[in-house]
Amino acid sequence: MIRVQREDFDPGAEIEKLTAGRHEIGGVVSFIGLVRDMAGGAKIGAMTLEHYPGMTEKQLAAIEAEANARWPLSASLIIHRYGRLEPGDRIVLVITASPHREAAFEACHFLIDWLKTKAPFWKLEDTERGPQWVAADAKDDKAAARWAEK
Amino acid sequence: MKLVYFAWVRTRIGKAEETVHPPPEVHDVETLLEWLKRHSPGHAEALKDVSALRIAVNHEHVSIHHAVHPGDEVAIFPPVTGG
Repeated sequence: MIRVQREDFDPGAEIEKLTAGRHEIGGVVSFIGLVRDMAGGAKIGAMTLEHYPGMTEKQLAAIEAEANARWPLSASLIIHRYGRLEPGDRIVLVITASPHREAAFEACHFLIDWLKTKAPFWKLEDTERGPQWVAADAKDDKAAARWAEK
Repeated sequence: MKLVYFAWVRTRIGKAEETVHPPPEVHDVETLLEWLKRHSPGHAEALKDVSALRIAVNHEHVSIHHAVHPGDEVAIFPPVTGG
């Protein structure tokens, strides 16, 4: 499942809902992305996440389908927020559940790495020097490239 | 053809979207960008460095050699920074 929303989410409640009654699940892995208060040495007051409605949902669904094709997952969930966020706010949630921990760990790592380079979101940070668009990080491309099929 | 812009591409061009009718010599993303640059100083500024841009046609990431057609939705944006 994927969700793109302005509102916050409750990670515990989402895990409960995703795994309720699914007794074949042996392990659940979650990743929660938070807004930091520093970026490149500058203090961040807040940020605004812009996205491309329509393409965002399509890309997240495609990435989730890819994870389900590559790992034996019992359930998965991606929630990505947009709009104005402050330091400490949750931005993104990825949950993967599988009979065995290895698939859940790997698929969760894959999903967050891939969505960072494929999902059409852009961060505008309010810094001491004024609003600044966040530049893409080459480290993220490298992290995503590790998962390219051999 | 519908064009949509995001992040600093949008702010430099000064609008979020526009409908254009390119001439027949515009057949792929590369020729579309060349043609678009001549529209306004804002377009020229936003599109001057093609290596800094990413393109989606009908919601799919594509290269600058991807074909474009009159009914397409073409999105132009900087590398994504979600997650």
